[in-house]
Amino acid sequence: MKVGLEWLSDWVAFNPDVAALAHQLTMAGFEVEGRSLAAPAFEGVVIGEILAAEKHPQADKLRVCSVAGPDGERLTIVCGAPNARAGLKAPLARIGAKLPGGIAIKRAKLRGVESEGMLCSSRELGLGEDHDGLMELLADAVVGTDFRAALALDDTILEINFTPNRGDALSVLGLARELAVLGQSALTGPRLATVPATHDERLPVRLEAPDGCARFAGRVIRGVDPAAPTPLWMRERLRRAGLRSLGPLVDVTNYVMLELGQPMHAYDLRQLAERIDVRYARAGEKLELLDGTEIELAPDMLVIADATAPVGLAGIMGGRKSGIADDTTDVFLESAWFAPDVIAGRGRRFGVLTDASQRFERGVDPEGGVRAIERATELLVAIAGGRVGPTDVTESIAHLPVRSPIALTPRTLRRLIGIEIPAARVGSILAALGMRVEATDAGWTVTPPSWRFDVTQQADLVEEVARVYGYNEIPEIPAPIPQRPGSVPEGRIPTARLALAMVDRGWYEAINYTFVDPALQRRLHPGVPALALANPISAELAEMRVSLWTGLVKSLADNVRRQQGRARLFEHGAKFVMQGSELKEIECISGIAWGSALGEQWGIQTPAVDFYDVKADVEALLGASGGGFRFEAASQPCLHPGRSARIYRGTEPCGWIGELHPELARDLALMPAPVVFELEVGIAAAAALPRAQELSRFPAVRRDLAVVVAETLTFNQLRESVTVASSSLLRELTVFDVYRGPGIETGRKSVALGLILQDKTKTLTDADVDAVMAAVRQRLQQDLQAAFRD
Amino acid sequence: MDLAGLVASGLAEIAAAPDLVALDQIRVRLLGKKGAVTEQLKALGALPAADRPVAGARINEAKQVLGAALETRGAVLERAAVAAQLAAGAIDVTLPGRGVRPGALHPVTRTRLRIEEIFRRAGFGVAEGPEVEDDFHNFEALNIPANHPARAMHDTFYFGDGRLLRTHTSPVQVRAMLSTAPPLRLIMPGRVYRCDSDQTHTPMFHQVEGLVIDEDISFANLKAILRSFVSEFFEKPLEIRLRPSYFPFTEPSAEVDCQCAFCEGKGCRVCKQTGWLEVLGCGVVHPNVLRNCGLDPERWSGYAFGMGIERFSMLRYDVNDLRLYFENDLRFLSQFERA
Repeated sequence: MKVGLEWLSDWVAFNPDVAALAHQLTMAGFEVEGRSLAAPAFEGVVIGEILAAEKHPQADKLRVCSVAGPDGERLTIVCGAPNARAGLKAPLARIGAKLPGGIAIKRAKLRGVESEGMLCSSRELGLGEDHDGLMELLADAVVGTDFRAALALDDTILEINFTPNRGDALSVLGLARELAVLGQSALTGPRLATVPATHDERLPVRLEAPDGCARFAGRVIRGVDPAAPTPLWMRERLRRAGLRSLGPLVDVTNYVMLELGQPMHAYDLRQLAERIDVRYARAGEKLELLDGTEIELAPDMLVIADATAPVGLAGIMGGRKSGIADDTTDVFLESAWFAPDVIAGRGRRFGVLTDASQRFERGVDPEGGVRAIERATELLVAIAGGRVGPTDVTESIAHLPVRSPIALTPRTLRRLIGIEIPAARVGSILAALGMRVEATDAGWTVTPPSWRFDVTQQADLVEEVARVYGYNEIPEIPAPIPQRPGSVPEGRIPTARLALAMVDRGWYEAINYTFVDPALQRRLHPGVPALALANPISAELAEMRVSLWTGLVKSLADNVRRQQGRARLFEHGAKFVMQGSELKEIECISGIAWGSALGEQWGIQTPAVDFYDVKADVEALLGASGGGFRFEAASQPCLHPGRSARIYRGTEPCGWIGELHPELARDLALMPAPVVFELEVGIAAAAALPRAQELSRFPAVRRDLAVVVAETLTFNQLRESVTVASSSLLRELTVFDVYRGPGIETGRKSVALGLILQDKTKTLTDADVDAVMAAVRQRLQQDLQAAFRD
Repeated sequence: MDLAGLVASGLAEIAAAPDLVALDQIRVRLLGKKGAVTEQLKALGALPAADRPVAGARINEAKQVLGAALETRGAVLERAAVAAQLAAGAIDVTLPGRGVRPGALHPVTRTRLRIEEIFRRAGFGVAEGPEVEDDFHNFEALNIPANHPARAMHDTFYFGDGRLLRTHTSPVQVRAMLSTAPPLRLIMPGRVYRCDSDQTHTPMFHQVEGLVIDEDISFANLKAILRSFVSEFFEKPLEIRLRPSYFPFTEPSAEVDCQCAFCEGKGCRVCKQTGWLEVLGCGVVHPNVLRNCGLDPERWSGYAFGMGIERFSMLRYDVNDLRLYFENDLRFLSQFERA
């Protein structure tokens, strides 16, 4: 909400230092988001009155005006404004005046006639966008007086951000009330004016939904002059609050809402049939709102209806048909109390957020309706005349909010705030806030005022006391911490450890959005069901990822587009997998590698990264958790069918590794294809504790063996046979070469194995070793049709 | 040549020997089987017997002098030869090292780990929870009923079936309170989501929330932990300032400003000349939240706070564009290589 300090000063005295005032409000929970001046700097502008306006002898669109200025001065002003006419009072910039933007007014000849100054539009004074003509001042403006002073333009506008719980402060009255509490000064308004009725006409009101509307003040006013100008002071206050002047009827209701916090509505009486019903909408009813939005009403929406149809969306926005028109002379004023629950959220369904709904959904003072309608009547009659009917209040007392007394104890205050605030101070803070405070043996019984919807229990009072006492007056007191050892489970590798292992092996951590492009995800994981957002922020971020690859592939492509020639990206986070109707969030660590294996280096060849480079990194991650992992050839659509594997721990699958499918890599312009992996952290990071083995005191013997086997035979199969055949003597098995080519027939390969043999109980003799090697050869020959090279 | 002349010329030759090969040739010429000194020894027999001992002693002395000179010179030449060999083997030590170069943690992770570490040292545990949540854990339990105006502050992503993406990590607080009896002392880091995207908002970002529940936990306790946290995080003693605010799940509630870590409150570009940085939201846990989580507000009280990891990270590492955190540009990520 924006408000000028000049308006606030009607009812409360406050610190004239604007910066200090803004700080005081901010520190009390009313964040001052902005401060601005009511008008830009200008000087030498007075109120002038056009005494005569005649056509310029040389120019059709100019007029030569005789203008009255200060001290009986008569000035000749040449003016092009269409509304320059005798009797009009307007701002007059005399010779020597300085206008906003540094424009200096000098004596000037316009088409041969000398002009002794300039009459101004709103825009020329920085007071609005209106440049259609001169700014029109009302007849009661005093000719010759300083324009700035007359309009109180040396004013500061505060823009205040209200928290949703403090709807009661969303008005000049509410803010003045807070300032009075903070400055410990007196609140001098509002006074209750009563405008006596001059006729007896009423419009019957029926509260058919008293839970939603428990009080309705209405009033019929006839014979209003719709063309009456809104006085400049009111227009100015509205302008400073950010509202445009829209004629006296609308201006007055807006003004009262800003001043007292009670939203009001003015209906064109001609458009209301017989009566007002406040009721819930019926299925199928429609309404065209003031702003032209056509809405379909739902049965949980409260409407103002006449005998035939809804005429307004209660507490949110009136209907177009019953709204004030240019020729409206007879009006029905509404000042009602709507329950926050029946207003909240309704407007948002149509994207309608109004000053009224903002206030009603936070809570409007149920005792303020009559005061507001009297104030509006007073202002309206003064501006636009009219014959006033009686203020007619229809209410259902049982449905009005009840402010129940709350017991507050010094113990609660001390317990939640942390210090003892003197009882007298507590009492005075609460009383200043309008609470009824009674001292009891246990502390206080506090009844909040009608306007406070946010105070219903002890904690609410604690907050109010702390807030007014000052958060920054409360000391810092460390909480005592019991000395209790923390648990450090060793059965799971901390994720940070895994991430750092990746970093040490040359990978960069990426963070992608967990919602991804459905089209790309389909390409990678066709047929895998994904959870789609109902309201995505864009079509490219519309469904939850089913693997981390979707985001990583995109990040890689982005980097390649930025001229990166090599990338290692890994990511840690959840994937969102649908298992039937159930959603599983599975924590993963995944990566994508592209470009040369080591990065360009001097002195060594660095071929493109391949499966085995990334496998080494994955094995390093798995190694941290103690082993028991297995890679089995397997495929899925986004991977090269011959270069991909599923990773198991025991029988449990826990991840994938593979080259991206070459077609996919080609389409994404990522050739040669990157290698990706994904590990499910829950399984992969479960750590077995190390179990130390006894060390052998006897020497180890190494024997090498070149085994020629079919191309399709895997190392896993070789290892299994060798391990079985060499029984417990095999300490280590290494592969030191895989050879295809001359000397080996097509379809077969030679795998060079190194066997390191060792016994725990004795030194192995040549004969022992030869026996083992013979057993190994025999086994390989038998099981795997292996041949041997020497 | 007489013996003295032989020694003098021999010593001169030895001193002038340019390398070990030349030196060995000199040794052969002087002391070898047919060497000049050896020849003199052989000639002793021709001397009268009475002269022999004296002459023999002189020749042996000359032999020793020359032998010592050869040895000394030999050592010098050997050292020189080794030095020359080493000099020939010198390498350019400024060429880059070979092998794997380390990568880097994402600055969000780096910041999160730092925040976690600070709180772990204060006795906090770390809790995590699901990102796809339900209305109860994300809103209802936190005292944000349907249609509550505070829901407008959370632009929520929905799935259309009651599920939603959590808008804060507070549902983890709810789960912790429902599953574990107090006292609780936890922080909850994680990804959170708001349907909002512009220069200063991304639809996904990271939070760390904290929760302490015990008997008699107060607002004053909250102030103490927050001030020590920001001071530890920025590694300098910083003041904090609390502004009353509103969150449905805490009361009293506050926004926390910390003294600008760059200008220490004097006013600079980062703090927009205010001397303060808004860094946190916090408050005393609302009794309705305690009740919703099965805790008796008359017995237990607590505080909670929440901060954006990106915010702290940007301040700490001088990053001025939030969007960089989610573009995964290696030129950005590689700036965080230093551990």
